Amino acid sequence: MSEKKNAARLICPAPLPVRDRVVLGHGSGGKLSADLFASIFLPALRNPALAKLNDQAIITAAGARLAFTTDTFVVKPLLFPGGDIGSLAVHGTINDLAVGGACPLCLSAAFVIEEGLPLDLLRQLVNSLAAAAQAAGTAVVTGDTKVVERGSCDRLFINTSGIGVVADGVDLSCEYARPGDRILLNGFIGDHGIAVLGEREGLEFESAIQSDSAALHTLTAVLLAAASHQQTDATVPGPIRCMRDPTRGGLASALNEIAAAAGVGAQLEEAAIPVREAVRGACELLGLDPLYVANEGKLIAIVAPEAAAAVLQAMQSHPLARDARDIGCITAEHPGVVTLRTTLGTRRMVEMLSGDQLPRIC
Amino acid sequence: MCLAVPGELLEIVSGDASCEGRVEFGGIIKRVRLDFVPEAQPGDFVIVHAGFAISRMDAREAQRTLQLFAQLEAAAGPDLEQP
Amino acid sequence: MKFVDEYRSRRVAQALAREIASTSTRRWVLMEICGGQTHTILRYGLDELLGASVELVHGPGCPVCVTPAAAVDQAIELALNPTVILASYGDMLRVPGSRSNLLQARAEGADVRVIYSPLEAVKLSRAHPDRQVVFFAIGFETTAPVNAMAVVEAQRQELTNFSLLVSQSLVPPAMRSLLRSPENRVQGLLAPGHVCTVMGCREYAAMASECDLPVVVAGFEPADLLQAVLLLVRQLESGTARLENQYARSVRPDGNPAARRLMDEVFEPCDQHWRGLGEIPASGLRLRAAFAAFDAAQRFSLPPRHAEEASLCLSAQILQGRKLPTDCPWFAARCSPENPLGAPMVSTEGACAAYYRYRRGDAMSETP
Repeated sequence: MSEKKNAARLICPAPLPVRDRVVLGHGSGGKLSADLFASIFLPALRNPALAKLNDQAIITAAGARLAFTTDTFVVKPLLFPGGDIGSLAVHGTINDLAVGGACPLCLSAAFVIEEGLPLDLLRQLVNSLAAAAQAAGTAVVTGDTKVVERGSCDRLFINTSGIGVVADGVDLSCEYARPGDRILLNGFIGDHGIAVLGEREGLEFESAIQSDSAALHTLTAVLLAAASHQQTDATVPGPIRCMRDPTRGGLASALNEIAAAAGVGAQLEEAAIPVREAVRGACELLGLDPLYVANEGKLIAIVAPEAAAAVLQAMQSHPLARDARDIGCITAEHPGVVTLRTTLGTRRMVEMLSGDQLPRIC
Repeated sequence: MCLAVPGELLEIVSGDASCEGRVEFGGIIKRVRLDFVPEAQPGDFVIVHAGFAISRMDAREAQRTLQLFAQLEAAAGPDLEQP
Repeated sequence: MKFVDEYRSRRVAQALAREIASTSTRRWVLMEICGGQTHTILRYGLDELLGASVELVHGPGCPVCVTPAAAVDQAIELALNPTVILASYGDMLRVPGSRSNLLQARAEGADVRVIYSPLEAVKLSRAHPDRQVVFFAIGFETTAPVNAMAVVEAQRQELTNFSLLVSQSLVPPAMRSLLRSPENRVQGLLAPGHVCTVMGCREYAAMASECDLPVVVAGFEPADLLQAVLLLVRQLESGTARLENQYARSVRPDGNPAARRLMDEVFEPCDQHWRGLGEIPASGLRLRAAFAAFDAAQRFSLPPRHAEEASLCLSAQILQGRKLPTDCPWFAARCSPENPLGAPMVSTEGACAAYYRYRRGDAMSETP
């Protein structure tokens, strides 16, 4: 009580801001997003599959285990180096299925189009979406189109949902992560976020950075095959505990989510995390941390220590994982918290971002 | 305060009333205003804050500092941890 | 990255830390003023490297932390005006005003745009002749010339829909006020390298002799800060109190004359309120009369900024280096980056936010 009184005498303002509206930060994939989900969506929609908080839900029906996922794509600009909203919409949903251990079966695609969008642009984006689906061996089997008044949506939003099949013996969930497990990453982080930022007005820079937008299901198949070779018995979990694709909120947010869900800690090695020089340059300039920048062709796999080397080697044979690395481990220390051993050998926390990371001058 | 980053001035590009440069920061290139560093030439490094170069890097001083570091590192001996 | 990576070498950092440990005979109290330096210290764990040799305290070096709530309130008020586009550096978006912040205001319909350079605000003006563009001009001396250039550009382009909401601060008056306080514990000062890049070192040399303490102008990479600490410790051990320039690759004794000339042409000193420190005479900048047309406060007839009320935030003591964020009873409990009670928790560089992001007590208490 006396502490409160003392504090009140000091000159410093700022009562808590009132939170009665959705702010952009609620969509950033960080703490605010998690809070929104926990306070509004989860209580209302409560069910065991949703409560697992994985990127996809695994449902058993008619004797098969199906993975089901949905994602909405609102990326701006619509076209960016290395991709566009069309191909992104396919890759993103396929990846959410793939990291659940599922083989993608089919997709739906729903378009919300702003009045005035040029038809040529729409055609280009839909063709790109179709091509991405075909390249991934899936098809868009159903969909929807809506047109809204000018100003009601930002040019084009696309929602894709996907169904996949999970083979027998595959059971992945982030709650299976346990101390000692290794954390594997398939390559360079931050490419997508920086590629998109580079195209935005104002933050223009010339760069050769391409989005890493890609479908990861053939890579996850390689990981699962390598793991099953390593598996000595049929107990669950297998050597691959879980996989995650670190999209909004970056590597840091994805690992924080895993740590929280499994009640374990994670320790990363900064020197092991690959970041392209140009991405690092852009981050330095804008005051951004690559750990929080979005990726669209990356996955993290939490793997049993005895299988990690073999799984990593198998990954590196795949074109989307030539630069795969072991970037750290799961630990019993500091449950729910992710730490990083810096290049100087000291340790620091890797917090969950609260909202969007904003460029800074300070 | 004051996030400012060193980059290499690749080329000076004159605008209608202003002086801009193409500056490279480890692989990305950005247009930067050079109004405050009139003496900067292509090949120089400049320190950039909020889209403006605020100083030209003195390469000799930078070398001097790095040499000092090298001496300290050598003096500390072989028992420093490996990177 | 050249001129960056070399200053992040692990072996150099260790060699410097070792030299510091073997030189210091007692635990000296050193203050760094610049938020960017605080960020480096905590992001790289330099205080962990320094251990018992040195106590690092963090001063009022983040313009985001020290920008008065009243200025943020004015920015919000203008932003909520439907004719206005408010352009701001990203840093300011989450800073709490008396009731709200710019992000919340955006959620309520304000047109708030994040910019990296003030010239983008000028571009916005040209692109939207039917709207009024107000640029929230905050910062220390490093940013003042850049902000000044925006005004000059707007004038050159004869823009009538561009104005500045100014809340600029100057470092030396605040530092003097702090160092002269009877409760001051600071024995050595790491001076802000980018502020000095613009302003030069003379005022800091004067501070060193007036306040009888060593001052070292420091850069922002780990090796820069460690070398600056070493220089301070050597001075303290030998009882000297001079100015030294560790960041000579960027800082010249006279700073950047072209930048200072422009600052001087556009701005003049004025009294400024510092969040957490109170009113400090001649510690801020305002637009000169010749540029009054670009002053948002005049254009929109804003009433003068009101004085601030007390609250729970301990930042006054933290900004003066008298307490660490972890000493604050609200730290990480009631006060967190999502619900900041005071500015130090908001700014990505503010001491509290840096501690919250990189430390948070228990998790880091065990050695690896």
